[in-house]
Amino acid sequence: MIAIFLKRILLAIPVLFAVASITFFLIKIAPGGPFDADKAVSPQVLKNLNEAYNLDASNWEQYVGYMTGLIQGNLGPSFRFPGRSVTEMIATGLPVTFELAFYAILIALVMGVFLGVLAALKRNTFLDFIPMAIAMIGICVPTFLMGPLLVLIFGINLELLPVSGWGQLPGDKILPSLTLGFAYAAYIARLSRGGMLEVLNQDFIRTARAKGLTERMVVIKHAMQGGLIPVVSFLGPAIAGLLAGSFVVETIFQIPGLGRFYVEAAFNRDYTMILGTTIFFSAMIVFFNLLSDLAALWLNPRSRDA
Amino acid sequence: MKNNSLWSDALYRLRRNRAAMLGGFVLIILVICALLAPWIAPYSYSFQDLNLGASPPSSDHLLGTDILGRDLLSRILYGARISLLVGFVATGVALVIGVSWGIVAGYMGGRVDSIMMRIVDVMYGLPFIIFIILLMVIFGRNLWLLFGAIGAVEWLTMARIVRGQVIGLKNQEFVLAAQAMGVSNLSMFRRHLLPNILGPIAVYATLTIPQVMLLEGFLSFLGLGIQPPMSSWGTLIKDGVESMEEYSWLLIYPGITFTITLFALNFFGDGLRDALDPKTSDN
Repeated sequence: MIAIFLKRILLAIPVLFAVASITFFLIKIAPGGPFDADKAVSPQVLKNLNEAYNLDASNWEQYVGYMTGLIQGNLGPSFRFPGRSVTEMIATGLPVTFELAFYAILIALVMGVFLGVLAALKRNTFLDFIPMAIAMIGICVPTFLMGPLLVLIFGINLELLPVSGWGQLPGDKILPSLTLGFAYAAYIARLSRGGMLEVLNQDFIRTARAKGLTERMVVIKHAMQGGLIPVVSFLGPAIAGLLAGSFVVETIFQIPGLGRFYVEAAFNRDYTMILGTTIFFSAMIVFFNLLSDLAALWLNPRSRDA
Repeated sequence: MKNNSLWSDALYRLRRNRAAMLGGFVLIILVICALLAPWIAPYSYSFQDLNLGASPPSSDHLLGTDILGRDLLSRILYGARISLLVGFVATGVALVIGVSWGIVAGYMGGRVDSIMMRIVDVMYGLPFIIFIILLMVIFGRNLWLLFGAIGAVEWLTMARIVRGQVIGLKNQEFVLAAQAMGVSNLSMFRRHLLPNILGPIAVYATLTIPQVMLLEGFLSFLGLGIQPPMSSWGTLIKDGVESMEEYSWLLIYPGITFTITLFALNFFGDGLRDALDPKTSDN
């Protein structure tokens, strides 16, 4: 276990290094500088700006400078918001995005596992078809449609919940979390149904039943541990998807999180911000993938001793 | 049945799957509508009747008009061209890369295989959605770049599936026989391996199309995909969201169209998978 863990971490470092380098040079070859604003700046101002942001140095010098800063956790200044550093902006947006993602995952897990296990236990009955139909809806209705529809129904027509914001009005966190969580609930429901069906046919379940355990004990103690391994493996990649989802959800609900900052940076051509967040997102995703792989390994008794 | 080949068997099973047949039927209609859009659309996608403004569905404009007085039905029909085009072309790109990568890795085996699959593993763990956004920002929002960028992301799973299939095939007699006859690698891939893995490829390609369309919708929704005056279903939904408080039909009809298409593709893809590989149809 520890050997696998160390090997994976050692592999992650060069990968992140490559990501940072590729992104850096991609942005360097981008046409148009960050100060090509709608209104032209005087040559003197442009020169001073370039000097202040070290854009006059050679690409190589800038690269070395940036990477040195990166190792120290310094992602440079934001091009669009003078006086604010990228690290600072990530630090402001991250807690918001994390909170949103946490609620979404929670909703997805509770809803998804419940529906999936129910469907597997009541296979080919009404209680199987209905949850799976709901899951199909969750997969086919994209987040960028689900969010606005929920707003239209609960925010505008029924006037039950606020239509936007985060932490300003009571209940304004409900719709964004539901929007983001629902799509994952659907995937998790399908995965846990599949996983449970596979496990429920195995000998150790028959043994558990034969020794007189209640059905509830069989399901909770024996079947779910193995049946939910696919769900655990899915959680790592799901984090990457959640990130993309947070771009949409934070834009729809005007939430000041990292996802919205990224989309705004993309529109404003705030290159240092794009670069910094890309590296940060990559590091996070690599980390969560590692975590979910390890959890899946640990849950599977066959690979635990390896 | 007199002919019991894999495909006729599969077709028989597919025909009995009502959801899949309905999905396929909807898809055929959609493709026909998209192809014939210039002839069957009641108005041009850019025709503006500014006096009309946003008007609810009526007999002149079956699905209403948008803020600029453009007929929504026509815009949805024209949008179908772009959305389906992105779906098919980007899937095609993913298919070409993924199948070639998987066949080479699986057939060559050894170090080549482990290096190639290592690359796939590493790429799996990266936030590709961000790289697509990055590419769109850097090189401008170009339709062909969008195809390439989406295709370049979606090939990874295809490569894994194909590699697995090829590994299963490569020790079978007909492959060994072909090797003994001195068949070149290229014709081994084309004539012997590829025809035997068309089933899984077809299934996965069908299931990739909705994913690609979702991705395009997502990018267009953020304003990073298809640019005006062209419109895809993603941009129509984006426009609908901006005015949904007053003119909810502008969100609802494009949304319904998009969702029905995704449903149809998923049902058809699932049906195809069950038909070609009855073993997996139980779960």
